[in-house]
Amino acid sequence: MPSLNAQAKHPVSITLNGRTRMGHASPRMLLSDFLRHELGAHGTKVGCEHGVCGACTIRLDEVAARACLTLAVQADGHRVDTVEGLAPEGRMTALQDAFNRHHALQCGFCTAGILMSLSDYLERVPKPTETELRDMLSGHLCRCTGYAGIVRAVMDVTGQTSGNADAEDASGRKEPVHV
Amino acid sequence: MTALTKAPSEIAPAAGAPASAALIGQPIPRLEDAAILTGQARYTDDLPVKPGTLHAAILRSPHAHAEILGIDVQAACAMKGVSAVVTGEDAKRFAAPFLVGVRAQMEHWCLAVDRVRYAGEPVAVVLADDRYLAEDALDRIEVRYRPLPVVMSIDQALSGDGEPLHPAVGSNIVNTRPFSYGDVNAALKAAEHRISATVHYPRNSCTPMECFVVMADYDRADGAYEVLSNFSGPFAIHPVMAKALKVPGSKLRLKLPPNSGGSFGNKQAVFPYIVIMGVCARVAGRPVKWVEDRLEHLMAATSATARRTDLEAAVSGDGRILGLRMEQTDDVGAYLRAPEPASLYRNHGNLTGAYRIPALDVVNRLAVTNKTPTGLNRGFGGGQLYFAIERLMHRIAVTLGLDPLDVIRRNLVPAAEMPYTTASGGILDSGDFQAAVEAAIADGGLDDLKTRRDRARAEGRLYGIGYAAIVEPSISNMGYITTVLTADERRKAGPKNGAQASATVSVDPTGGVTVTVASAPQGQGHRTVLSQVVADVFGLRLGDIAVNTEFDTAKDAWSIAAGNYSSRFAGAVAGTAHIAATRLRDKLAKLAASQLNVTPEDIRFAGGRVFAAGNPDNSLSFSRVAAAGHWSPGTLPDGTEAALRETAFWTPPPLKAPTESDVINSSACYGFVFDICAVEIDPVTAQVRIDKYVTMHDAGRILNPLMVEGQILGAFAHAVGTALYEEYAYGSDGRFLSGTFADYLVPTACEVPVPLMLHRESPSPFTPLGAKGVGEGNSMSTPVCIANAVADALGLEISTLPLTPARIAALIEKPEVAKPAGMAAVPSKAPATAGGRGLRGEGSRTVPASPEQVWAILLDPKELAALLPGCDALDLAGPNAYRAEVVVGIGPVRARYVAEVELTDLDPPRALTLSGRGSSALGFGEGSGHVTLEAAADGTRVVYRYDAAVGGKVAAVGGRMLDSATRMLIGQFFDRLIARAGGPAAVETSPSLLTRLLRLLGLRP
Ligand code: FES
Ligand code: FES
Repeated sequence: MPSLNAQAKHPVSITLNGRTRMGHASPRMLLSDFLRHELGAHGTKVGCEHGVCGACTIRLDEVAARACLTLAVQADGHRVDTVEGLAPEGRMTALQDAFNRHHALQCGFCTAGILMSLSDYLERVPKPTETELRDMLSGHLCRCTGYAGIVRAVMDVTGQTSGNADAEDASGRKEPVHV
Repeated sequence: MTALTKAPSEIAPAAGAPASAALIGQPIPRLEDAAILTGQARYTDDLPVKPGTLHAAILRSPHAHAEILGIDVQAACAMKGVSAVVTGEDAKRFAAPFLVGVRAQMEHWCLAVDRVRYAGEPVAVVLADDRYLAEDALDRIEVRYRPLPVVMSIDQALSGDGEPLHPAVGSNIVNTRPFSYGDVNAALKAAEHRISATVHYPRNSCTPMECFVVMADYDRADGAYEVLSNFSGPFAIHPVMAKALKVPGSKLRLKLPPNSGGSFGNKQAVFPYIVIMGVCARVAGRPVKWVEDRLEHLMAATSATARRTDLEAAVSGDGRILGLRMEQTDDVGAYLRAPEPASLYRNHGNLTGAYRIPALDVVNRLAVTNKTPTGLNRGFGGGQLYFAIERLMHRIAVTLGLDPLDVIRRNLVPAAEMPYTTASGGILDSGDFQAAVEAAIADGGLDDLKTRRDRARAEGRLYGIGYAAIVEPSISNMGYITTVLTADERRKAGPKNGAQASATVSVDPTGGVTVTVASAPQGQGHRTVLSQVVADVFGLRLGDIAVNTEFDTAKDAWSIAAGNYSSRFAGAVAGTAHIAATRLRDKLAKLAASQLNVTPEDIRFAGGRVFAAGNPDNSLSFSRVAAAGHWSPGTLPDGTEAALRETAFWTPPPLKAPTESDVINSSACYGFVFDICAVEIDPVTAQVRIDKYVTMHDAGRILNPLMVEGQILGAFAHAVGTALYEEYAYGSDGRFLSGTFADYLVPTACEVPVPLMLHRESPSPFTPLGAKGVGEGNSMSTPVCIANAVADALGLEISTLPLTPARIAALIEKPEVAKPAGMAAVPSKAPATAGGRGLRGEGSRTVPASPEQVWAILLDPKELAALLPGCDALDLAGPNAYRAEVVVGIGPVRARYVAEVELTDLDPPRALTLSGRGSSALGFGEGSGHVTLEAAADGTRVVYRYDAAVGGKVAAVGGRMLDSATRMLIGQFFDRLIARAGGPAAVETSPSLLTRLLRLLGLRP
């Protein structure tokens, strides 16, 4: 990467959800701030800026990444996908629809990041076991749902039920807990 | 008993489907989800700012307790892009201290004045063109502090020693209130057994994923503030903010955003920042915006109260409690901040839980400590209360050799006595507790769990079963807080009671219906549930109802109880919307009756039409009737009002003020929760695994089972964190130690199991729809239920939380064998009891020079400066005393420290002590190191021992990196010393002292 003047703002051009978007960023500006405040793409949320909570997860060149641990200038010339791009025609994807049916979100602040991680993960692992899925989800914090609806939604959309997990869960039921 | 689970195909039709069947009670997926799932929903930080808005960054105290000797903001003000720096001086000019809920001389200003009392307390605010510049300028503000001794625990406050935080009060116990209901002494004298327990509940918090956001503006011409913030209520705090800003409530216009990223009560605590940002906007003459970051939130936003509870029960031979004496002491942090002491009084009417305990004595105390002020947190006060009560129930069973279930059964309030008035005045409104318990035992598979326990124990495994039975209060009585006052004080202050809720329903000229309520949704599905309720009233479809979830104190109907807290949505808010909608419908019925030539009583609403009961063909469309009031008010029949808009206010009838004898019904209704938990503990890792969890709820009428189960699952997840992982950790000197989610451990998808949820429905006689709150019960019942299961597994007393592996290991493991001498060559953390980011270590390096040469280098300030990483120069400040500026980075944080360094105990060329302390915008550090120089074959062996402490942001965020960073700095120091002394860089990496010292001393992390 070329060295950049720390005091100056630099043009940054990304392909955001399939469209070229241009903005300016100082070298230290986080990609999360660039997306939200420079480009107005507010769908990506910020929950910690320490890289722990996962709320800011986007896809950078198709790979799930923390926007709060990425500098805007690092994304220059790259492809960035965010939650706004998941349902371009306004029709929700099967995963989004399953989130709705299974009550996988409440306040919704963690949701965008989880959807972006899942959109990457399910392309690579189309039928995760519940244990695998929970392991992957452990990179995200959700304070509202207890993760139950999220797990059910993914199990449903991957053609499984959440009870197929390796072992019975603490509800003692093999079938989904509700819905 | 009904399990509410439905197969996907059974889910009721969502928006747009015909509304022939009642929508209330259906598991309708949320209407608010589409906007969130597609990234369109707007949260506060997503909303537009006014042109010219300044961005705020807050300088916070690195000390838990210190006098402020001076603040120098000049360098910060001179920075490019900085408009203003606001301090306690500005607060004194434009604001007043916050009102305090008890009579005690404690001043709490929005920005520290003269003294700081907790690590993270706001001291100054930089206002700049953007947040990055504002944070840069924080580094340039110089604050001189004189640290004071700290008070870090309830027991220390109770002991009476320690510096009073508020000198005018003179004690760190700022309030003591005894209550007596019935003759407990007689019960204790007469009882067969007296059983007591003492428990400690820790500090923790629900930490919503969205932090606080405030946008404030000040209109000079009107002298009025306008604020947009993700405040959650209670709006009883609106007058507190207005008074602090020295304006009438009408000049503090507070707007709430359409979406909020969670609260769990915590967003109440944004209010001091609303006042700070109001002052900032006034000082700067421009709008300001502040977004709290995660470190700020964890360190300084709010916390549940820590509580010590001492219980003594008079118990009959068969386990019945005949009288109970309880002493509760809440740690409210550095200031008693509104609405505290509510944590201690919210459950006053249900202090005896779900049990019939005829006599009760209570002493409530409030302790101030050098920690973050406390406030609303899911389960508010209930987690603390039931941790004590349900541990006591378990202990009674163990002591008397009874089955804990039998002790619970024998003490539960019988169904026949509903509504039951508790000793302290709570009116348990409905439910059959015994039946709920028996159903949970049967449907939850307790027999199977007992078999599992027998099998596990036969194999020598640690397996236990615990129970908890509680009542879950909802819809708080605004008068309960005045129970802290004496009857005499209350008489002077005037009566306080009730829980006014408000809702407005209007119809527009096309027949669209809009609903606004005085609440602040944070994920509970307000839009969905209100649409269900109102669509049913008008016989419309969900999609015909628009719910506006924004709120504006200048335009919407509200009162002090407004807001989203105390689980009041289903019971109070949705019920009030039902009342408003019904009134509006009755007016529409009159209009329609005159057009259809029937009486209003004969009018029906269904399927989007308004018709005569006996003749459905005699009908009008809903929109036609709705339009009449708008288009043709002149032709309405005489005496008929146009039906355009109705606002209803409703307060639960049973909520009265405390009586002369301090009897108070603190909540409008009480749900029932009974939990069964089975755990297995790994004897090697000391990890608790929840094998099965069963939770039975009776929350009255269920409006939407999907939302109800969502609330239960969410509270359960919080409770798993409370029970097993979460605690706000402090060093013994008040340093805050859990400033990231890597330190404050929130459970992830791997730690939260799915509980089996069971339901009963005993409608409340006191709420319009019969619904009660359900979102807090597990925050109250689950932590203690897990603790009871762990106690059963281990056969030991459990008296505090969280039950981390370290804590359990300490209970079950034999003490570790001491390390052989001479093994402690690397710095190690101070003992765990110190709680901290205290660093201690020792080591040695060999330097290829004589002791005299090394000595000369160390004593020469120029040489020393060159050895110290990050140090440009040492200025002489006295004999062997220096002042230095050092830049140090630890993990994600980098700071410029101003340090004072001193060399003492000089014994040339054999030994010296290097000590120092330093501070920066990011915190402080202090320490000392003892160094000895010994002649060795290949030069001088430098042996060092050091002891240091680091506080502030560096300790909170970089804590996990301190040891390695220390070692690295010490290593760098020695490498330079060795190079200076002319030798090759040594290979061993044992830490050295100077650097480290310096570092420590100085400072850094
Ligand atoms: S905001 Fe990026 S991980 Fe939390
Ligand atoms: S839905 Fe609120 S944090 Fe996940």
